[in-house]
This record gives sequence, structure tokens and C-alpha cells, in this order.
Amino acid sequence: MALLEVRDLRVSFDTPDGTVRAVRGLSFDVEAGQTLAVVGESGSGKSVATQTITGLTRGATVSGTAYFDGTDLITADQATLRRLRGARIGMIFQDPLSSLHPQYRIGWQIVEMIRAHDLEISKQAARKRAAELLTLVGIPRAAERIDDYPHQFSGGMRQRVMIAMAMALDPALLIADEPTTALDVTVQAQVLNVMRRLQEQFGTAIILITHDLGVVAEMADDVVVMYAGAVMERAPRRDIFYRNHHPYTQGLLASLPARSGDRLTPIAGAPPSLISLPKGCPFAARCPHVFDKCSEPPPLTDVGGDPRHQSACWLPHNVNEAVAS
Amino acid sequence: MTAAIEMVDVIDEPQVIEGRSPFALALRRLRKDKVAMISLAVIVLIVLMAIFAPVFAAVTGHPPNEQYRDIGLTPDGLPRGPNGTFWLGTDDLGRDILVRIAYGARISLLVGVIATVITVVIGVVLGLAAGFLGGITDTLLARLIDVVLSVPFLLVAIALVSVTGPSLTVTVLVIGCFSWASVARIVRGQVLSLREREFVEAARSLGAGDSRIMFVDILPNVIAPVIVYTTLLIPVVIVTQATLSFLGLGLPPPTADWGGMISESQNYYTTAWWFILFPGLALLITTLAFNLFGDGVRDAFDPRADRT
Amino acid sequence: MNEVLLKVDDVRKEFPTSSKEVVQAVAGVSLEVRKGETLGLVGETGCGKSSLARCMAHLYDVTSGSVWFEGRDITKLSRKAMRPLRRDVQVIFQDPYGSLNPRRRVGSIIGDPFSIHNIASGNERKKKVQELMELVGLNPEHYNRFPAEFSGGQRQRIGVARALALRPKLVICDEPVSALDVSIQAQIINLLSDLQQEFDLTYVFISHDLSVVRHVSDRIAVMYLGKIVELAPTGELFGQTRHPYTRALLSALPVADPDTADSREQIILGGDIPSATNPPAGCRFHTRCPKARLDCAAEEPVLEPVLDDRPEHRTACFYPLTVGEDLSTAVPDLRAS
Repeated sequence: MALLEVRDLRVSFDTPDGTVRAVRGLSFDVEAGQTLAVVGESGSGKSVATQTITGLTRGATVSGTAYFDGTDLITADQATLRRLRGARIGMIFQDPLSSLHPQYRIGWQIVEMIRAHDLEISKQAARKRAAELLTLVGIPRAAERIDDYPHQFSGGMRQRVMIAMAMALDPALLIADEPTTALDVTVQAQVLNVMRRLQEQFGTAIILITHDLGVVAEMADDVVVMYAGAVMERAPRRDIFYRNHHPYTQGLLASLPARSGDRLTPIAGAPPSLISLPKGCPFAARCPHVFDKCSEPPPLTDVGGDPRHQSACWLPHNVNEAVAS
Repeated sequence: MTAAIEMVDVIDEPQVIEGRSPFALALRRLRKDKVAMISLAVIVLIVLMAIFAPVFAAVTGHPPNEQYRDIGLTPDGLPRGPNGTFWLGTDDLGRDILVRIAYGARISLLVGVIATVITVVIGVVLGLAAGFLGGITDTLLARLIDVVLSVPFLLVAIALVSVTGPSLTVTVLVIGCFSWASVARIVRGQVLSLREREFVEAARSLGAGDSRIMFVDILPNVIAPVIVYTTLLIPVVIVTQATLSFLGLGLPPPTADWGGMISESQNYYTTAWWFILFPGLALLITTLAFNLFGDGVRDAFDPRADRT
Repeated sequence: MNEVLLKVDDVRKEFPTSSKEVVQAVAGVSLEVRKGETLGLVGETGCGKSSLARCMAHLYDVTSGSVWFEGRDITKLSRKAMRPLRRDVQVIFQDPYGSLNPRRRVGSIIGDPFSIHNIASGNERKKKVQELMELVGLNPEHYNRFPAEFSGGQRQRIGVARALALRPKLVICDEPVSALDVSIQAQIINLLSDLQQEFDLTYVFISHDLSVVRHVSDRIAVMYLGKIVELAPTGELFGQTRHPYTRALLSALPVADPDTADSREQIILGGDIPSATNPPAGCRFHTRCPKARLDCAAEEPVLEPVLDDRPEHRTACFYPLTVGEDLSTAVPDLRAS
């Protein structure tokens, strides 16, 4: 059994303009020690999905199940979720400046988090652990910097502090929501490196949410491609890049700048409104291969007989060679 | 909810050509607000009463300043309570309170609106200039705003009126010259942050000059809080004018005006309750209606409800 | 080779901070922009590319140095004298949500250049605006809509339409696609490329995304902490990388190809980008450079051709890389020799 099994997750919000169906039947597995990349553009539902799983969305109508180590996170009460968050599931968000409290010292924040979950540990022991963690994520002179405030760290450093906090209690699962999007590319390389090292050392599973296919190529073991709240394609890393099936996946890859001089092949049009979704395949309006069957929503079916590679598309599922860069 | 919602690519959509301006949206929201709509109705009634004050005089047959010492006062010379002839009773000089209240509405509304408009125009222009031009203009204006806000309004008003004598013009000017400062301060604050926005930089890159940017780009972004503040300022001005009148600094008698009537009723509150009650109620209802309407306007313009 | 349209001559731009310190955003940059080309400006936070762009467009006053446009020194011009030149030098801004006035209708926003320069008014202006909207792929019937009613990609098209209204000669694109989704980025990049061909435009294209810059640029300038560290035609920048920072930047760039990702060298730079108020002495990159030597801390290298490079390929480094040199095993050595 996988560490996290999400089945048919549906999340919708009521707004004055109508009901926003942000997530529409998402299912995936995260294996222990592996990295699952959830790829999508804005409006794909990738962030809403993971926030809902950890109980951080309010005012949403949720259905489906998310079994983490035997507990269904969707139906769990707030107390259970609080216990799990931090201790068993660590979270990193895109903007460390807004996730760290600006008025408390870094060390204090880490210590508080540790002691909230571990009621027996002493302050000194927790502080020592905090310093160890900061060193672990590559913050120089951790013993001195432990008493600094968030604003005294650079963006990349802050993100490392977030990782340190997330890893403090050695969680089995780390959810990283666009952790490097706001960072410079050389800093991004540093942070991703830290995450990889920690995964090797501690066997943490990672859910990595990103829109950057390059990051996916570097970090992922398995990939889920989302569009308009639903899964378009799910496959191991190499399959997504070299043996992909879904036109959206192909479109994403084709629209990346490759070699100079070639004209880019964008995906025409724009993502649909999540309030008035078209019937059938959500990608139909922009798909170069659309045909009449696409007015019915396509189910996820195996590609080439491989149960690990699935695509939500009516096109025949023989394995094509991909339109790789 | 963090996922941004992309708009549908509307190239093929039929004729929704008119944009939904933030005002149209706010208006729609306002119309749904029951309390605000009821208040608006009350305001309209009061305005109608002011406009048709002569009708009140005609129907009752009592002009506002006509003293009816024989039928309007008791044999002891005290005001008569509400009866068949004088529906809301009479005042100490035998005048018809109902008709005077109707005429009093004119004064309150006139001063309320005119003084407010003057205030807002001055405040917006100076606030724009201070916030946008910065430098020495801002320093001078900001200090001026501080000074005006620190001056004790009533004392100065009293001093001024004792020199010039009470009149409508002086009342309006006095109120206007003091109230602009709070508007200017609000506008200045807004402009200071708007000035850093990229669309201002974009306007500069196109070659737009200062005044163009101030009035074409910045002003529309400042209007919403100004409108809200204006609707909440009107009742303040009305009460201020009534207060001045109450202190004898308003209009010269025998002009009918609510503050003055309340002032005149001071000596009769045990013997003629209607004399203080009805003008007081008029003032209260008017102020309340404007305040509630202003609240509604503020909620309708709430930026959280705007989708940008 | 085409004529020079814009020349930047040893420009410095400093910003005072609340304390006594000064931020050296642009610390002595010289370069030329040739007619018809796309010059890419790439770098990370604090490199000064946005400040440099704004100095080029005379949106900032330079602290020292000059900017020559078509032979005239525009840094000396008053705001009034600069106005007619604004028709020739335009800017497309990064933030599609911030660069458009939310309280103005789109037709009015795009029509701004016409009204500011008194070129067209009334129905004539409306017609021109609608032509522009069609040109950039927007529906001209949406003339009266507000920015909030458009998507990010569409708003960026509005920005493009506005910039092109007066047929400028030079367009400075400041991170024009960074805030957009990947699939929309490609649309806008294609649009910019089409417009360049149709109207014979010259672009200065600023981005932190090296893969995008590579795709659109003829030449690329790599900036670090206010200075240009390498300037070369695109192919040479990637095929004959000379500066260690450029090499690190290239290796840090995630590539959407598992085979490449698995096999290539990873140069992870240590530390953070230093503060722009107190940059390192000598070569500004020496504190993080895998190849740093003692003299790198003493003197600033000059931007000039190195090794056997052509004059168009300039590098500011005392120890430039040779082709095929493996930087991942390099170790800095700052001891006296």
C-alpha cells in the first residue's frame, strides 16, 4: 500500500459568481521515499488539491478519500490533522516570507513547532535540534543565525529554513508547493539539491507541485499532469517526456523554448473557467486532435497496457513516441 | 483558495460589449442592500419635503415665519401641542412647526450638500497634488493639513461669526474650510501608494505629464474612497451646521432651521415636548438615513468584493 | 552590421537607502543595441537589468554616464524635450496585472499614446485602437472592457498594443512573459516575434529565464551585480561559454529532458548573491566563483574579447573557461601565489 492514496478527490467552492469546481476527481498514489510531481498551470487545481488533503482549505465542499498511513485525511477531525501536520506531513509553500512569522526568531519558530508535537523534549534539546536542522539544509553558521529574524535571510535561505522546519520531526511525506518558483535559478538549484539530499538521507516522500517541466525532469519519479481540476496524464518520469500520450502534455512540452530560431508551438486559447466548464474533455477547445467523441469526458485508461501510465483521452492508446524537445 | 481563475478566452462570445465598470458592479451590490435602499428612500422623501415646503405652507395655510399669537399660543403665551390646525404644534412664537421643519430641511440639505461638495473638491485636488507631486509641495500641504486638523473648529467658528455676523455663506465657508483637510489626508495617502504602481510608470514611459497622470490615471483610482467618504461626510456637515445654529452662529432669525429650532426650544422642554421633539427627530432621521446609506455605499465599494 | 540605435556609455545608477548606504544597481555598463536585433539581458536578482532598462528608456535619471539614442544624448534631455522621443522608445512591462490602470477601459488605455501626443482623437483614435487590438490578437469589440475582465495573457497583449501604438523604433521588454503560464508564454513570444518582423522593431529583451532569452535573442548580455560579465551572440554564449557565472547559470537551468538532467554537470554555486550596497572588491563574482584566484579579488576585469574570441564576444574575467573545461571539479584558490 502506498504512503498516501488519494481517490476521487473533488473540491468545489461557492462564490457569488457560481460554483468553482477546482478539483474534479483527482486520484494518485505517493510511494514512500519517492517524489511525485504534480504539474499544471494556474487553475489546474494542483495547489487546492494538496491544501485540501492537509485540511487547509476553508469553506470548500470536499468529497473523496486520502488515506495516509491508514487514516483518511478528508474525514479526519482538526485535532488529528494538526497532529499529522508537521509531525508526519511537512509542508513548504511558495513564498517563505508569508509562511514564516516575521516577528519571531527563526530558532524560536522551529523550537515551538518541535515542542508542539513532542511534549517531552526540553527547550535546550529542541534548540539543539533546530541548529542541527539549519546546518543540515546548508545554512552557514547555524548556531549564530538561529536567533535571526526571517527578514534577515535571503529568499533562498528562507526557503531552506522552511525546509528545515518541515523536516524537523522527520515527516514521512513532504508537500512542496512551488517551492522554488520565486527564487533565482542558481538559488533554485541549491534548494532542489537540498531537497534531493534530504530525501536520500531520510527516505522522505515528496509531493512536488510545480509548473516547471524542467524541475520535473530533475526531481520526479512519477508525474501527474493536471488541467482544469482533473488529471490528464499520469506516468513515470521518462514516460511523460519520451512516451507521452495526452495532447495537453505534448502541447506543454512543445511550447517550451527549445533551440533559438524555431517558431514556438503554443497551445491556442486559454484555460476554461472553472465555473462554467464545458461538458466532455476540458481540453477539447484547445486540442489539435479534437474529434466528436471528445464531447464525452474521457476516463483515465492505461497507455500501452502499462497500469502505471494512464491518459484521460479518447485517442487510441498505442504508445506513441513523444514530441520531445 | 490559491488557484487563479483564468478568464475564458472571450473572442467568440456574443455582444457583451459594455465593460462592467467597478461602479456598475458597486451599484448592483448597493441595490441589493435593503437597509441602504430604505435609507435612500427616506433621503428622497426628505429632499421632496424640502422641495415642496411651500406646498406644506399652502396646505396648512401657515407660512413658516408667520406668528399666530392668537390661535397658535395658549392664553398663557405657551406653545400649543399638536392639534387639528397645527399638526405638529407651534413654537414659542406661535409658528407652525411642521411647516418650519419642511423649510428647515432646505437649509440642512443645502448646506450639507454644498459645503460637502466644496470640501471634497478642495480636498481631492490638494490631496492629489500633495501625494503625487511630492517634494516641497507635499511638505507644505501636509503641514497645512496638520494645522487645519489641529485647529479647534468651533472656537474659530465662533470667533469668525462674531466678527462677520451669522449668514448662510459664512456657515458654508467655515465648514468647508475646515473639513477639506481630512479628505485631503485620505486622498494623499491613497495617492502615495498609487504613485508607485506600474501603470503610472507606464504612463510616464508614454510621455504623459504630471497633471495628465494625476487626473486621468490616479483620480479614477481614488474616486471610490472619496465617494464613500463624501456620503459619510454629509451627515457630519448637517449636524455641524445644526450645532452652529444651536449656538446662535447659524442663520439669522426668523429663518426656519432645525438647529435654531432646537435652540429656541430649550426653555420649553418641560412644557412643550413637541417643540424639541420634532425638530430633533427630523435631524436624527436625516442624519441616520445618510449614515446608513453611507455605510451601504462603503460596503458596495468594498475592494474585497471587487475582482481585479 | 546594422547601425547602432542605442548606445549605453559607462552608465551607473545608484539608489540611496534609508541608511547612509547606496545601492549600486548599475555599476558601469556599456553596450550597443543595433537596429533590427533582439538584445537579451539576463541575470538574477540584483543584477541591475531592470534598472538598466529603465535608464535606457530614460525612466530613471542615470547617476553618471550617458545613453545615446540615434546619436543624441538622452540623459541630458529635460522631460519636455524627451517627450517626442518617447514615441520612438517604448516599454512593455512585466506585470500584466499592475501595468494597466484597473479603473480605465482598455480602449482608453491603448489610446493613451494617441491622446498624449495629440495624434488622433475621437472616432479616428478609436479606429486606430481597434486596429491595434486586432493586430495583437484581441477582439476589437472589447474596447470598453476593463482590464479585470481579461486573462493574464490578454492583458499582456494590451500592453503590447499600447507600446506599439506609435510605431516605436526600440521596444524594451521587461520580463514580458515571466508572469504568464507556460502555454501562454509561447503565444506572446510568437506575437512579439511576428510584430518585430512586420514593423522592423528592435528589442531589448530582459528576462531571468535563460531558455526564453535564448530563443528570442540575437545577442545576449549576462549581468551580475550591476555589471555585464559576458556579452556574445547567442550561439557563442552557449557553445563557447567563457564566464564561470554564465556556465553556472546554464547548468542551473532546469531542462525538460530527463536524459540531459541525469547526465549533465551540476555546478551549485555556494552562498547567496552579495548585497548591492556592498559588492565584493575586484571581480564581483569572485566570492562565489569556483575558479577564483587571488588577483580576482584585487582588480576588476574589463569586458573585452578573451582567448581567441571574435570582437562581438566579450567577457569580463581573468581566467575565462575553455570549451569543454569541467567546472564542477574546480576549487577556488585565493592564497597568494
